[in-house]
Amino acid sequence: MSVASVSSPPKDAASRTSPVDAVIEISGLSLRFETRDGPVDALSNINLKVARGEFVSFIGPSGCGKTTLLRAVADLETPTNGVIRVNSMSPDEARAKRAYGYVFQAPALYPWRTVARNIALPLEIMGFDKTEREKRVARGLDLVNLSGFGNKFPWQLSGGMQQRASIARALSFDPDLLLMDEPFGALDEIVRDMLNQQLLRLWEVTGKTVLFVTHSIPEAVFLSTHIVVMSPRPGRIYDVIECNFPRDRQLEIRETPEFMSVANRVRHGLRQGHSYDG
Amino acid sequence: MKSALPILTVVFAVLVAWYAAAALMNASLQRDAYANAERIDYSTQDLIADSLNMERPKLPAPHQVVSELYKLVLATAPTSKRSLVYHGAITLEETLIGFLIGAALGIGLAVIIVSMRWLERSMMPWIIASQTVPIIALAPMIVVILNQFNITGVAPKAAIAAYLSFFPITVGMVKGFRSPDPLMLDLMRTYSATRAQTFLKLRAPASAPFFFASMKIGAAAAVVGAIVAELTKSEDGGLGARLLEGSYYGQTVQIWTALFVGAALSAALVGLIGFLGRTTERRMWFVP
Repeated sequence: MSVASVSSPPKDAASRTSPVDAVIEISGLSLRFETRDGPVDALSNINLKVARGEFVSFIGPSGCGKTTLLRAVADLETPTNGVIRVNSMSPDEARAKRAYGYVFQAPALYPWRTVARNIALPLEIMGFDKTEREKRVARGLDLVNLSGFGNKFPWQLSGGMQQRASIARALSFDPDLLLMDEPFGALDEIVRDMLNQQLLRLWEVTGKTVLFVTHSIPEAVFLSTHIVVMSPRPGRIYDVIECNFPRDRQLEIRETPEFMSVANRVRHGLRQGHSYDG
Repeated sequence: MKSALPILTVVFAVLVAWYAAAALMNASLQRDAYANAERIDYSTQDLIADSLNMERPKLPAPHQVVSELYKLVLATAPTSKRSLVYHGAITLEETLIGFLIGAALGIGLAVIIVSMRWLERSMMPWIIASQTVPIIALAPMIVVILNQFNITGVAPKAAIAAYLSFFPITVGMVKGFRSPDPLMLDLMRTYSATRAQTFLKLRAPASAPFFFASMKIGAAAAVVGAIVAELTKSEDGGLGARLLEGSYYGQTVQIWTALFVGAALSAALVGLIGFLGRTTERRMWFVP
């Protein structure tokens, strides 16, 4: 979580994409839900590799399976076919080893716990002692700019602050991998811009690998090293777009032609993947 | 002060309706009394006034109940067998013991049902069946059966109070333990939390509002259970015994008075639990 405790992320593109250092490897993954109206193919033949330190966004219309894919990586859903490896482990082994932190669409803070005790929740469960918990909570609050709010209850915080607290909670036990499912979906544009910048800084500082589900094209282009464009019915990967802006990018890059061209490619992909159902 | 007005209005309306009902229901009885006494020169005012002050009315008037309450609660020594404090204390003791047993049983069953899903299907029908048997039919049998094992006195009545109070607590607590949002449960799963950790850190605190609501219903049910149980063995005393005696001898004033003490007991228990609930919730959510 702190700069010191994490080995600095590999900077050159070649080492980042080397297969040896793949954090996520997915091959031939499909997932079918049995519903009352018959089977639904949420995911079909997904193949994907994510190298250490990458920021990968998943974008696509509702029902394209992006959340399901993230949940499958987290062992919250069980695939019907195919293989997922997280740090060369199966998802349930990775979950048992606490390899990832998960940020949900809603903050899901426990209302009877203060912000500090919410951040300490995973630490309590994983058996960290009290002094270590306090140290990590303070560091976490600082990391998401919530120092001084530790003693507040969730209802006393704005939506953006609550979501920041939930990010601090996901990072408190220092997992290598951060899974984020539309974390800023419910927030307004201004707060979202601010949090995007903060998240980018956090990623730069911690060197985590991030999988990030979103609906927003500018958000995906602004944050990512790779953008996975998905299409629905059945959910599959339509395109993977590389996006190599410098790591210390500012919001202003959104007005550059390079940014526009990547955004256009994403938009095009979304439209193509969608075209057959009018 | 603003909130007092609607309350007073309702109390006033209830009193008016009660007096009217008492006058109407007792009038024919009072007319028969006049006939027996060969009195014919009575006015309507006499009739109304006398109907509201009969010794054994069909429906006693509010002031009759109040004066009887004063006599039996405040003006009689609490050790006297006529005192409603004496009988109320007996009922309270049975209620509290029964309620504590019922609450422990109710919460225990809820914990078992929530931790072992397959048990819900096999246990719930029995739990529900236990409550479909009319308690008035079951109570004497429980007393007789426990008597076989030389269990007498407070215990059989507490058992019946417990029998009535555990059910709403089980149902409420099962609902409470299942109340956390699916995301909050998923979160525990992402931490690989054990079932015990999920229970202690999520399900139990999340059930707090349900806990106090269930306790209120359970406490009120325990009072009913204790009073019904007392009907089976009236020589032991208690508010139920007073109700039974009153109905033997047509002492309607006595019945209504005992009824009011029972209601007050119930209301006090529910009020106390409500207060504890509000205090706890304020501490849990609002005080750092």
